[in-house]
Amino acid sequence: MTQSREISLSVPVLARVEGEGALDLEVHGGHIETLRLRIFEPPRLFEKFLEGREYQEVPDMVARICGICPVAYQMSAVQAIEGIFGLAPDPWVRAMRRVFYCGEWIQSHSLHIHLLAAPDFLGYGSVAEMARAHPDTVRRGLALQALGNEIIRLFGGRSVHPVGARVGGFHRAPSRAEVAALQEQVGAALPGAEALVAWTASLNLPNDAQDFVSVALRHPDEYPMNEGRIVSSGGLDIPISDYEAHFVEHQEPHSTALYASLEGRPYLVGPLARLNLNLDRLHTPVREALGRTGIAFPSRNMFHSIVARAAEIHHALLEVTRLLEDYSAPEAPFAPATPRSGTGHGCTEAPRGLLWHRYDLDAAGQVRHARIVPPTSQNQARIEADLRRSLETLGLERDDEALRQQAEMVIRNYDPCISCATHFLTVRVGRR
Amino acid sequence: MAAAKARLAVHKFSSCDGCQLAFLNLGEDLLRLAELVEIVHFAEAGPVDPEAPVDIAFVEGSISTPEDEERIRQIRKNSRWLITIGACATAGGLQALRNLADGPGWIAEIYAQPGYIHSLATSTPIAAHVPVDLELWGCPVNGRQVLGAVRALLFGVVPALEQDKVCLECKRHQAVCVLVAKGLPCMGPVTLAGCGALCPRFGRDCYACYGPAENPNAAALGRRLEGLGLVPEAVARRFLFINNGAPDFAEAGRHWQEQAHDPEP
Repeated sequence: MTQSREISLSVPVLARVEGEGALDLEVHGGHIETLRLRIFEPPRLFEKFLEGREYQEVPDMVARICGICPVAYQMSAVQAIEGIFGLAPDPWVRAMRRVFYCGEWIQSHSLHIHLLAAPDFLGYGSVAEMARAHPDTVRRGLALQALGNEIIRLFGGRSVHPVGARVGGFHRAPSRAEVAALQEQVGAALPGAEALVAWTASLNLPNDAQDFVSVALRHPDEYPMNEGRIVSSGGLDIPISDYEAHFVEHQEPHSTALYASLEGRPYLVGPLARLNLNLDRLHTPVREALGRTGIAFPSRNMFHSIVARAAEIHHALLEVTRLLEDYSAPEAPFAPATPRSGTGHGCTEAPRGLLWHRYDLDAAGQVRHARIVPPTSQNQARIEADLRRSLETLGLERDDEALRQQAEMVIRNYDPCISCATHFLTVRVGRR
Repeated sequence: MAAAKARLAVHKFSSCDGCQLAFLNLGEDLLRLAELVEIVHFAEAGPVDPEAPVDIAFVEGSISTPEDEERIRQIRKNSRWLITIGACATAGGLQALRNLADGPGWIAEIYAQPGYIHSLATSTPIAAHVPVDLELWGCPVNGRQVLGAVRALLFGVVPALEQDKVCLECKRHQAVCVLVAKGLPCMGPVTLAGCGALCPRFGRDCYACYGPAENPNAAALGRRLEGLGLVPEAVARRFLFINNGAPDFAEAGRHWQEQAHDPEP
């Protein structure tokens, strides 16, 4: 008698991910027959809503695609629109956009590490359970999350759907006193952020080296965030306007998210891909903190994503400190825009990875056509490839609960934002 | 003998997840809330038990699939108080713009295989499907609003909600009126207070993310916006934005769209 079971597993609601999705797993004769990350969050049709809207409305509109990374949507959008208008942000605007964006990385990564991912590695169902046994760790994480939100609030008034960003710059410049107060908080948080890098590396992370292509932005002298060229670990190096010539999106029947591929193959975007491709752009203390973990980066272990997130929090805090040094408010926080027609591209590094926008505007600055490629649809094919090999490595003979836990942990590790991908997760395993 | 803790659920429909962050961004108050009530379903935070009976159900997101319609009816049956949070759950959200257009046609333009997409032609608020006990407006709602609601309900009272307009918040904050001083097309005169007049305090015009205030004089504001130089189409867009499905704004938007296509002599 063979040991292979016929498996049909279903996890109806995947916990601790952003948005709604499901996983279908069908195992027949000891082999995976079907494995689908089903994203069924209903489509919200943003690209169509944008048509006919004026360029000033775009930052407020695209923010609503994602409550967790609205700053990323605003930053990719303003970059594309300013490109059409021939408007280059002045040094103050450029620096403060970076600070604003750092706030979102700190907030989003802290939320993911503590509320979504860490309970997996410590054996808890939620942060509230974890807090009873690890109160100081949870408190440190919540404080970092709050600080990230505070940074966004300084420039945006609130951290979810902030109102401060506009084409040309910001609506308002913070005062020196406000910036000084924030600087103090950032300085006080630095030791905790450095300790967080060591803490994430000390977790019982599975050792799971695999082959994948990393894709991220690359900038001549900064860790990538607001701008750069698109590069890959396979040697790709292109301006953002060439994205569509190399990356293709296609549709699968089980998903309302579109799948992206690079030259026909899955690829990875997000913190680990960014770190793997930009180690030489990290602030020295972050490189040193990573060195002390004993983990060799670039890493092929997807579970090192949580360490990459912690390193990026640490880096972002140092970057905020650097950018706000000798702060003074400018005469005007934005440059006036003169609309003209054209096609523009925006590409920035959202907390979860590359976020690519393209807009066609008419002469009055109204949107004729828009295209948005969020990070989660870019990672979707990669997540499925990872799930397939990860479940096979674990052993398909394991019981449904073990398979479900492993699958959820693998998926969560990518921090998929299903609202972004217009999209969610339920795991269904079918065994025949 | 300690009374049993109240049971709480947070459900999600079509949305950006931003209103759930009103809980997830509470910091240590989130841990305190987890002590105060039993959180039985809140998928993004961990607990998953969507069918459990609860005292308080918070609902984020709008109804946009046939499955959604069934799920919200079940949630209503299982919940003592049902509270909508945010523009999507309360007015259909930005995605209710599809109600004004050709939803299926749009899907066909975005997806190569529209047949794979199961979606209603409309995006509608929760109250269009089941009775709602309390509506918290805002895109997004904030922590103060959701905690205030929980606290009040635990005391057995329905919380007193904000009815003022953003204009009053501007006065309280001594913010300069951007409509008068800068001629910006500010929606504050018709918009519900609660955000803290964030936009005018940042020197920009309110875009009505908290939805219509009580008795908004949308007709008068529309004429004022036209007086500032906005063409009828642009006035319509001001109303048909984040809360385009709210009846007062939908009506004003329709009026100005008609003006754009068939101006009065």
